[in-house]
Amino acid sequence: MGANDIAISIRGLSKAYVITHQQEKHSTLAETLLHKLKNPAATFGGSKETFWALKDISFDVNRGDVVGVVGRNGAGKSTLLKILSRITEPTLGEIDLYGRVGSLLEVGTGFHPELTGRENIYLNGAILGMSKREIARQFDGIVDFAGVEKFLDTPVKRYSSGMYVRLAFAVAAHLNPEILIVDEVLAVGDAEFQKKCLGKMKDVAKGGRTVLFVSHNMAAVQNLCTRGIMLRSGQILVSGDVDEVVSAYLSEGISSMDGRVDLSDHPARAGRSAPWLKSMTFIGDGGRPSSRFASSRPISVVVEVAPPRPIANPRVAIAIEDHLGRRIGTAASYFNIGNSGRYAEPFTAMMTLDKVNLGPGRYLMSVSIAEPGGGLLDSLDSAAFFDVEWDSLYKTGERHDPAYGPVVIHADWEVVPGVTSTALA
Amino acid sequence: METTQADTLPLDTLSAEPEVKRRPYLTIRPSRGWIGLDLREIWQFRDLLESLALRDLKLRYKQTILGVLWVVLVPLMAAGVFSFVFGTVAKLPSGKVPYLVFSFAGLLGWSYFAGVLTKISGCLLGNSNLISKVFFPRLILPLATIGSNLVDFLVSAVVMTVLLVIYHVVPSPAVLLLPVWMAILTAIALGLGLSTAALAVSYRDIPYIIPVFTQILLYASPVAYSVSAVPERLRWVYSLNPLTPPLEAMRASLLGTALPATQSLLLSAGLALCILLTGLFSFKRMESKFADVI
Repeated sequence: MGANDIAISIRGLSKAYVITHQQEKHSTLAETLLHKLKNPAATFGGSKETFWALKDISFDVNRGDVVGVVGRNGAGKSTLLKILSRITEPTLGEIDLYGRVGSLLEVGTGFHPELTGRENIYLNGAILGMSKREIARQFDGIVDFAGVEKFLDTPVKRYSSGMYVRLAFAVAAHLNPEILIVDEVLAVGDAEFQKKCLGKMKDVAKGGRTVLFVSHNMAAVQNLCTRGIMLRSGQILVSGDVDEVVSAYLSEGISSMDGRVDLSDHPARAGRSAPWLKSMTFIGDGGRPSSRFASSRPISVVVEVAPPRPIANPRVAIAIEDHLGRRIGTAASYFNIGNSGRYAEPFTAMMTLDKVNLGPGRYLMSVSIAEPGGGLLDSLDSAAFFDVEWDSLYKTGERHDPAYGPVVIHADWEVVPGVTSTALA
Repeated sequence: METTQADTLPLDTLSAEPEVKRRPYLTIRPSRGWIGLDLREIWQFRDLLESLALRDLKLRYKQTILGVLWVVLVPLMAAGVFSFVFGTVAKLPSGKVPYLVFSFAGLLGWSYFAGVLTKISGCLLGNSNLISKVFFPRLILPLATIGSNLVDFLVSAVVMTVLLVIYHVVPSPAVLLLPVWMAILTAIALGLGLSTAALAVSYRDIPYIIPVFTQILLYASPVAYSVSAVPERLRWVYSLNPLTPPLEAMRASLLGTALPATQSLLLSAGLALCILLTGLFSFKRMESKFADVI
């Protein structure tokens, strides 16, 4: 590839945030001045700590590449996108952009509930950087894509949430920049609309434009992207082929070699949830912890919970995902037990499957705890993995093929001569 | 944020490469020191400026029963109160015209000034979702508020004309200089607004100070009364207020009375320019930090 094919060139990019410690933070002018008067020697704002959200990132993106940017929460993905879309500026380093950038960090930015669909299309388009002429030219396409013809002159506050999101994405999808930056917009809307969005993004990529796509949905990343970059603590951990990056992401921070996964300080913990879940242990045949299981043998998962406060009837749930993070199934304690009791001290929840019943390969497991009527207390997505070995779940010794799907369906077969009516007689 | 658009070539791309390199469309790098106003960028985003001003206008008149009438009624009621308190009770002079017309002529410029100042000082906080999610020259937000306030001014100006006709008041030819008085008022409002808007991002008590500040400023300016009602020995303090000359000039040209001294108008214009530049400077200096702090 020659230098003429580069779309984005990032050199030594770093971003520092200054964190002011809570007890000395002043958010009003009066407080700041008062503090200054009391401590004339102190600097404004009190003691400060520098946090590097990005540290010396360098990479090039070629024209027409669709690059997936992955990483756990706090890895620096959002900061990178914000710098690329010029919302915030870097502390060090440089980025050369060879083309107009359109960024979608959120759908429906600047939508106003009181304005009509038509008015919002023009307003949102202008906010995203489109000229009035451009919007007018794309107007029919936008309305058509969103499917809101009948409600164009209705204030969007009367729209259903689905219509709202469709209209918002439709405007953004018609932005047509040379470089498109997308953050998690696919997390919204129904399955059909998500498919439509993915399709639209594929079209953008096919048209020779460059796409930077940030997502937690590994299936979408793998489906859409050709290359990938994985960030951890503000640095590039892996960069290259998308498959390599996705598998690095999925095995990050989870060491379950001995079957026991410590969850107390786990990178997969969602947002601000409190660490209720302490550990998760896979137990195989013979009652020993393990991370490898035979497809026809039992598996148990033991979840240890350390409740920060007493809880009545906790709902522990476990979900199994395939190697791309696509959910296969969920088992929750309250599906089977109505009242699980009241706990103030650490307790244990155990799930057992008579048979693993999965095809060979690597699977991920998510775990969460919730309160009846209340929300999710703690949740870790794809926090651990286990491997399944095929031990001939089929009576004939037939091998499993990935094309069959991950779940083995237990079936009894009979093949007899004659047609249905006589065979059943 | 410092950005170089294609016409300024980064130095390293000039290095001796056999292959002819494309120029980057845009280079993003940390900003250093004082950066000039990128007027070209603001021009590129003129459609956004228009859309945001239109949004403000539409929202103001949607779902209000009296709609545009509010713009007429509020200054009329204020003028009514002023003419009762200052004209009837305090018996202050209003020249040859009725006190209602006199105070309305003062409120015309004042309402515009106060509207712009209040709107601009809150415009960054009020649009924090936009600032943290999309890029555009941040100066667009304060500029858009001027647009919607100008429309309000035009509506009030129509009411003013009606009042002048009803009371048979003949404006002086200086009424043609109305855009000049408006420009001085705009510069002061914009300058003060930009400084306070930038400060309000970090210090959340600014929005509480602004209404009190404008209230004090209203009584420190010749709106409800004329400069001639101010005791002689206090005039010099009074003349320090840069709002006094343009407000007096606007009223004088509308009511056909004598304009304030030219040097005081020039002094006011100079002060207005200083306030505007200070505002622009503090706004630009804080601009790169808005998204991180807001």
